[in-house]
Amino acid sequence: MTTRIFVPRDAAARAVGADRVAAAVLDEAKRLGLALDVVRTGSRGLFWLEPMIEVETPGGRIAFGPMTAKDVPGLFAGGLPLSTSHPLCVGRPEDIPFLKRQTRITFARCGIIDPLSLADYRAHGGYRGLERAKSLGAVATVEEVTKSGLRGRGGAGFPTGIKWKTVADTSADRKYIVCNADEGDSGTYADRMIMEGDPFLLIEGMTIAGFAVGATKGYVYIRSEYPDAIRVMERAIVLAEAAGLLGAEAKFDIEVRVGAGAYVCGEETSLLESLEGKRGQVRAKPPLPAHKGLFGKPTVINNLISLATVPAILADGAKHYADLGMGRSRGTMPIQLAGNVKHGGLFEAAFGLTLGEIVDDIGGGTASGRPARAVQVGGPLGAYFPRALFDTPFDYEAFTARDGLIGHGGVVVFDDSVDMAKQARFALEFCAIESCGKCTPCRIGSIRGTETMDKIIAGDRAEANLALITDLCQTLKFGSLCALGGFTPYPVMSAIKHFPEDFTRPRLAAAAE
Amino acid sequence: MLPILHDLQAVFGCVPPAAVRLLADALNLTRAEVHGVVSFYHDFREQPAGRHVLKLCRAEACQSMDGERLARAFLDRLGIEWGDTTPDGRLTVEATYCLGLCACAPSAMLDGEPIARLTPVSFDDIVREAGR
Repeated sequence: MTTRIFVPRDAAARAVGADRVAAAVLDEAKRLGLALDVVRTGSRGLFWLEPMIEVETPGGRIAFGPMTAKDVPGLFAGGLPLSTSHPLCVGRPEDIPFLKRQTRITFARCGIIDPLSLADYRAHGGYRGLERAKSLGAVATVEEVTKSGLRGRGGAGFPTGIKWKTVADTSADRKYIVCNADEGDSGTYADRMIMEGDPFLLIEGMTIAGFAVGATKGYVYIRSEYPDAIRVMERAIVLAEAAGLLGAEAKFDIEVRVGAGAYVCGEETSLLESLEGKRGQVRAKPPLPAHKGLFGKPTVINNLISLATVPAILADGAKHYADLGMGRSRGTMPIQLAGNVKHGGLFEAAFGLTLGEIVDDIGGGTASGRPARAVQVGGPLGAYFPRALFDTPFDYEAFTARDGLIGHGGVVVFDDSVDMAKQARFALEFCAIESCGKCTPCRIGSIRGTETMDKIIAGDRAEANLALITDLCQTLKFGSLCALGGFTPYPVMSAIKHFPEDFTRPRLAAAAE
Repeated sequence: MLPILHDLQAVFGCVPPAAVRLLADALNLTRAEVHGVVSFYHDFREQPAGRHVLKLCRAEACQSMDGERLARAFLDRLGIEWGDTTPDGRLTVEATYCLGLCACAPSAMLDGEPIARLTPVSFDDIVREAGR
């Protein structure tokens, strides 16, 4: 019997040598005459163990990692089955605490199946959601999404069902489904993992959305920094078309569009402008995209994770999903642990874990071994949290109440070597680099803010300049057209508020010059 | 227009200024409108890059893992600044803000191939690769 060995083809796994490991496994199998197949999968999201390979056994899969190509001959020296006493053996992946503690709904298949095998996708429950949607009918499908409590996973947290209902209720000759896969927040990679590890899930989710609101055309807007995701998504669409799951028969088409390195295109109206072939400048709202979106037509524009969660909601029922979570944050959130963290990876769990549990228990503290000092949650526009706020539960409202946001679920950990004045400066500089230029607070305020922060860092009238920054942040928050300018105050003000000592430190180096 | 611009850049290594007029005519737009789009997006260049392009991540997750210091040392070693190409035309180093490899920071992308958990040794490999 041929043994199957699973090696991730996820970009992060490839970035740390998964391709070399896969090649070494094949070489070794050939040399030893072993009957084995290498199946390339997505990643399970246990990135500190990547490249992690899994071997099929009668008792389930057994994982080994982090592997290097050099480890392969030693691992295979005893032939098959591979020895579980090998130092890199981490046992059954499902038993690894990081995975065992999760509630995987959106990521149920990611890292397990061959991303481009429709047979695998169906064998693991794929297309059950669409079937149920068809049996319920369009109106009941929208109701089901509403009842599930699913909210926009891009960060705004707007109820997905309400958005769908608005588009469904708007009559037009054409409607569109747009998937926002312009995942630009540092510390996030959930969209990328789905596209590379379970692309048919997104196709199914978008098809359900199209059926529910009466749209026949979908676009996936993927950032250019994700070449692997673009390749896999395009290939999956071709395969789905060949199987009649997209195209004339399915009454729904999907096209991939590639961004061009503009962070602001993750903002929905700017993304629509970009799709129309224009500068990615933010549109004033109203009109809402649900009324007048792409090419002026009613458009559902959802974050990738929102769309990829819909199939499971339909397949297992709204209640199953809504029973998870806390307060108004229902269901699960793929939390992405990143930066200076020992166990970095994707952790899908019901809302409600505290930040401390996420960073210390699940993440295992910092990678450097030094104390964790600051945690930025929600990407470059998210607030920095000090240890004192580690009791904050992961929930849209709880984070808002503490002047933060959960955003797309990115959690970036910094150890005690971080200089928070520099981080605050970076937030303003990033806003300046990525501003679309349409509104004045963001276009000019970000640059003046960066200059003022430079003065503070140089020790030049710190107190007066901090007052200026505070004032500027008020203007940015209330005067900007979109979240780029509007949320830049979160990282800046949280850094000033929670880490004041970093802003008034005597600058010895500067003074000595 | 973006798919056309991506195709142009794939063939010519940049969006040549001469293409702006052609595009404007073909799409029934003004040259200003086309230029506006080309210049808005960080990806599109007016001049071809070096033979190899290294995109180094400068976003927060990579900063938390000392990415800035590594990047600075590498630029100093090459004697260039962000966005520059080495005098021999072999390597262009560009800043990027997140490659989605944040759990394996610091990270980079060399000619579209991802590289993560960067160390000073990784940069030796990059220089060797770019030397080809």
